[in-house]
Amino acid sequence: MRAFASRNPFWATVLLALALILIWMIFAVWPAWLVDLIGRKKIFLNALFNGITLGGLYFLVASGFTLIFGLMRNVNLAHGSLYLLGGYIGYMFADWTGYWLIAFPAAFIIVGAVGVLLQLFVFRRMEGQDLRQTLVTIGISIVLADLMLWIWGGDFYNIAAPSWLSGPMETFLVTGVKRSSGELIYLKYPMVRIVIFAASVLVGIGMWLLLNRTRVGMLIRAGVDDREMLSASGVRIQLVFLGVFAFGAGLAGVAGVVGGTFQSVAPGEDVRFLLASLVVVIVGGMGSIPGAALGALLIGLAEQFGSVYFPTYAVVLTFLILVVVLAFRPQGLLGRS
Amino acid sequence: MAVSDPTRSFERSSDRVETGIRAPMQIWVLGLILLTMPAFASDFVIFQIMGWTFILGMIALSLTFLAGYGGMVSLVQMSVAAMAGYMVAIFGDSAIDTISQGWPWYVAIPLALIVAMIFGTLSGWLAVRTEGIYTIMITLALASAFFYFTRQNYVIFNGFTGFNGVLPPALFGVDWRGPQAFYYLTLFWAVVCYLAVLYVSRAPFGLALQGVRDNARRMAALGFNVTAHRVAAYTVAALIAGIGGILLTWQSAQISPGTAGIGPVIDILVIAVIGGMRHPIGPFIGAFIYVLLKTFALDALVAVGLSGERFQLLIGLGFLLIVFFSPDGILGLWQKLRESGQRDPLRDGGEGPR
Repeated sequence: MRAFASRNPFWATVLLALALILIWMIFAVWPAWLVDLIGRKKIFLNALFNGITLGGLYFLVASGFTLIFGLMRNVNLAHGSLYLLGGYIGYMFADWTGYWLIAFPAAFIIVGAVGVLLQLFVFRRMEGQDLRQTLVTIGISIVLADLMLWIWGGDFYNIAAPSWLSGPMETFLVTGVKRSSGELIYLKYPMVRIVIFAASVLVGIGMWLLLNRTRVGMLIRAGVDDREMLSASGVRIQLVFLGVFAFGAGLAGVAGVVGGTFQSVAPGEDVRFLLASLVVVIVGGMGSIPGAALGALLIGLAEQFGSVYFPTYAVVLTFLILVVVLAFRPQGLLGRS
Repeated sequence: MAVSDPTRSFERSSDRVETGIRAPMQIWVLGLILLTMPAFASDFVIFQIMGWTFILGMIALSLTFLAGYGGMVSLVQMSVAAMAGYMVAIFGDSAIDTISQGWPWYVAIPLALIVAMIFGTLSGWLAVRTEGIYTIMITLALASAFFYFTRQNYVIFNGFTGFNGVLPPALFGVDWRGPQAFYYLTLFWAVVCYLAVLYVSRAPFGLALQGVRDNARRMAALGFNVTAHRVAAYTVAALIAGIGGILLTWQSAQISPGTAGIGPVIDILVIAVIGGMRHPIGPFIGAFIYVLLKTFALDALVAVGLSGERFQLLIGLGFLLIVFFSPDGILGLWQKLRESGQRDPLRDGGEGPR
């Protein structure tokens, strides 16, 4: 960060000023002119929080995608299907056992197992043939999408969060002042979204620790840099691949449960989340976990602010960000060229 | 391709793209069948099946041109085609007369093609900043941006409903949407595009493009402008896709965001891959199989007791099997069969899978 500031003093100042303005906008009681300009603070804060939590969900989906890409150089375009599969499995288990928390390990294990099968029977057979792998995963996603439509039909499912998570939570952020009494009004925000966001931050930190502080993480990082050398030094790299693939797929499954809780599980969500993770990963930089986090946050915020402040072109805004990033920094914000 | 030249099966080195001119017999037979088809086939066959085959074949041909000769798999071709279709509806006539300008065809059509080429060139300019699998992802993102934009924009693209009543001009007093006239119209343009791709592939530009595909650094060292060649390839492909897109709009007489949704965008890739990217005839073979499946899979599935909705599963499985076992599609399978018949077991019998 300090290196960045000393290299680009101008942009560092701009970023710092923006961050300060943002902090002021979050904590201060808005003056009347600002309310006239961009609407009430409650709307702004809700968009901000929705964007951040949506970013958390995108991060869960995209981190598995980028991890798999970073290590094995294969683009798994069936990642969205794994997400949707996780959602359906989570719904089934939560509905069947009545415990919401059961859905997470169930989705993680089953979708992770599907990932292992994919790696064993598909990717391992065509290592290094990027294009063929991509095409095969497109085929797999078509087949999986139709199989899931066959099994679960076209209905919308919603995974019900347990009662201790439902309902709003009062936060310490002020949205306004009551005209009559002068009391401060605090923002209420759905509990389940806050918990899920906290969980995805924990997953992110956990992944960072795993990658940077453990032996397995060292193997993975070495594999990202040079996998031929790694396998030459005696590491059974196929096992590492298998593990990473299972973990990445499992994360997509968990994300499916999360998405099914605060949105819904339905056909078509697979393509939506595949596109979202593609955009997140391209914006953030392929194969970089911090990049995925940054990209997910940016895209989540863009989507939510877009849908609040200029609803017609909200979806297009996401792709506009993508195009701008590609035009000026093709390797992504935090990617290595 | 029935040339009895024993050396040919051994020279499959760098010459990935065959010429196909040396097979006069099959081409004459095929040409005769195609030209006389309206005499013995029903209107449904020539308008729906063959017309649609030629149109999808042209759009997939633009992808084959980019992927086979340029090494760039672009998923934006369907969007380029839809852009041309939209522009014909906007500049020309449609039932939405508040937006349509109603300009004569000799203005509207060239203008539509020019806009499609500009769109294709711009997306190519973005896409060539990346390579290989990145190109697929970026063009997929561009295609979905186009889909969402057209769905949301009501001022120009008329949003979700799009345009209907987009009809071809009644040139020379012929109703070009009549089955026979439309059949010959699509056949003509398909043959023109096919021959154009064959010609370009052997013109200096096409050869340089293939050089860029095989070794971009060496071509750059030789003084070729690699980026310019790639972007120009997108422009050429956009022209082919644009022609296909206009015909597609005329065939169904409407254009809407769904025309270039994520499904159709992927379908074009499926068609090109099923057919094979070695030769410009591939996409037409792929399109023919796709259209046949799409038209008759429902009846076939119902006949074996499955629900007709499983059509997508059939397509997906077929695509998967072909990509899995023959990366070069049907053409690749055909070549494998031919080679295995001609192979001398003593000389190269020990060859493993490629």
